[in-house]
Amino acid sequence: MMQFEGTVHKYGRDVDTDVIIPARYLNTSDPAELGRHCMEDIDPGFVTRVQPGDIIVADENFGCGSSREHAPVAIGAAGVSCVVAASFARIFYRNAINTGLPIVVCPEAAAAARAGDTVRVDVADGVVQNISQGTSHKADAFPPFMQELIERGGLLPYVKSRLGAAGGS
Amino acid sequence: MGHSIIEKILARAGERESVRPGDIVEARVDLALANDITAPIAIREFEEAGFEKVFDAGKVALVPDHFTPNKDIKAAQQSKLLREFAVRHQLEKYVEVGRMGIEHVILPEFGWVAPGDVVIGADSHTCTYGALAAFSTGVGSTDFAAAMAWGRVWLQVPESVRFVYSGTPGRYVGGKDLILHTIGLIGVDGALYKAMEFSGEAIETMDMAGRFTMCNMAVEAGGKCGVVGYDQTTAGYLAARPAGSHAAGGGAVVESDADAEYAQVVEIDAGAVPPTVSKPHLPSNTAPASDLADVTIDQVVIGSCTNGRLEDLHQAIAVLRGKKVHPRVRLVVLPGSQQVCLDAIADGTMQAFIEAGAAFSTPTCGSCLGGHMGVLAEGERAVATTNRNFVGRMGHTKSEVYLANPYVAAASAIAGHVATPEMVGAGE
Repeated sequence: MMQFEGTVHKYGRDVDTDVIIPARYLNTSDPAELGRHCMEDIDPGFVTRVQPGDIIVADENFGCGSSREHAPVAIGAAGVSCVVAASFARIFYRNAINTGLPIVVCPEAAAAARAGDTVRVDVADGVVQNISQGTSHKADAFPPFMQELIERGGLLPYVKSRLGAAGGS
Repeated sequence: MGHSIIEKILARAGERESVRPGDIVEARVDLALANDITAPIAIREFEEAGFEKVFDAGKVALVPDHFTPNKDIKAAQQSKLLREFAVRHQLEKYVEVGRMGIEHVILPEFGWVAPGDVVIGADSHTCTYGALAAFSTGVGSTDFAAAMAWGRVWLQVPESVRFVYSGTPGRYVGGKDLILHTIGLIGVDGALYKAMEFSGEAIETMDMAGRFTMCNMAVEAGGKCGVVGYDQTTAGYLAARPAGSHAAGGGAVVESDADAEYAQVVEIDAGAVPPTVSKPHLPSNTAPASDLADVTIDQVVIGSCTNGRLEDLHQAIAVLRGKKVHPRVRLVVLPGSQQVCLDAIADGTMQAFIEAGAAFSTPTCGSCLGGHMGVLAEGERAVATTNRNFVGRMGHTKSEVYLANPYVAAASAIAGHVATPEMVGAGE
């Protein structure tokens, strides 16, 4: 379930949430509608090219800027299975973990990947295989607490179990 | 080894003896905030998860400020979700249009944030309240939904970086220039995941408005939060908050130990920082305003959560009073709150703006994020006292935003190009 294989869509550093999902579409929170405008201001052809299961690969500081959770929602709704980056901006990182969008921090894999490559990502083991290039890179491991959130499917299931254990609220 | 102010606040909120960077705490939340863009997702998640009540109806703030007064039908639907949720859960801190302002201006102004607090907000500029010696940070809608139910937030304790600003800033240099200069120095991920602690002589002599501006933009360097230590300026600001408000109680004041451990100490000579502008399309792309006089502009925006306080409007009017906005330029003012509007009326500031040829708006985030109230067309350029100049931020993907302080923004509005106050005869 935490293994994905798909075609790479490659971006540079500092991809901000305003280009991932422009603010002019934030008058809705409907995932399908957000997905139709994903990456519109950095790569207008993205939504017509992307196939279900494809993988976004980017350099440093992916998802910088606004806290809008519409960004990971739009990426997921566009059909992307997983995002690999050299590093993530911190709110995007939180949002991805909290909402269950699989992300992997792997500077080597990000640097090596080219648009159109096929990559296989094992999020649990933290391995990014570039099938096209015949290479494999080890990703940074998540701290145990975040592993737990990822395994539980996000923050809200975790909080529900915490509140349940405390006798409800 | 001692602890930084942020480590102490998170230890207390996480009910730990002490914490170190990298530790994960489940911190008690003193205030959880969301707006008309981020709250709708959170409300849906809260309800779909089956939560029935909020942890504390006095500690959840909903501020419809981004696309309000409702700019279109979809925006109106979103605002309606907030209003109905606030009524259903009897939220004490729902703020309606006509009484509201930009979230990061009104939360401190209303006395809702005190030193030592842990504040999370589903808006990246929630880091603003660090100016009150609090820990505050931006999160997503899911974090906000979880905090509404749980009263807690998971946080990894950040390393702190200490920025020491020595000297006295120049005549037309303020908190905006110091933070833009700093972001230019370290980059848009230069403080990634870290707490930015602002200190030194130039901070000690800076008013609260300048400190709010600096902490507001910590996120533009990738920072988790910005923070300024408590002092007489903080105390004076808190004493002027409404009687009986949370902040009027003073809060749990903590400060960094003299031997606190910092990931890095960055020393900056504030006296050498010029009026600074961030060119498109990153806040780190800085240059002295005086070098950009060949950049002609179509619009100027003064205000926002970054520079929408009365002190900011006063800086702009010091340059603009008695002069006219360039015939080719639109000047839009986005004040931070109704109180800012009232004060600006009482002291003649609003009249001076209008006489100069400005459009003076009701408080809203508006054009800062290309929502409404001054969206840019293809090929247009703006000077703005806002916080981001990403591609398409204020409108068309082929428009441009230059970030600046209110003095420079006002001078640019007069000149029709990026200008320093001296270029339009100010200070003579």
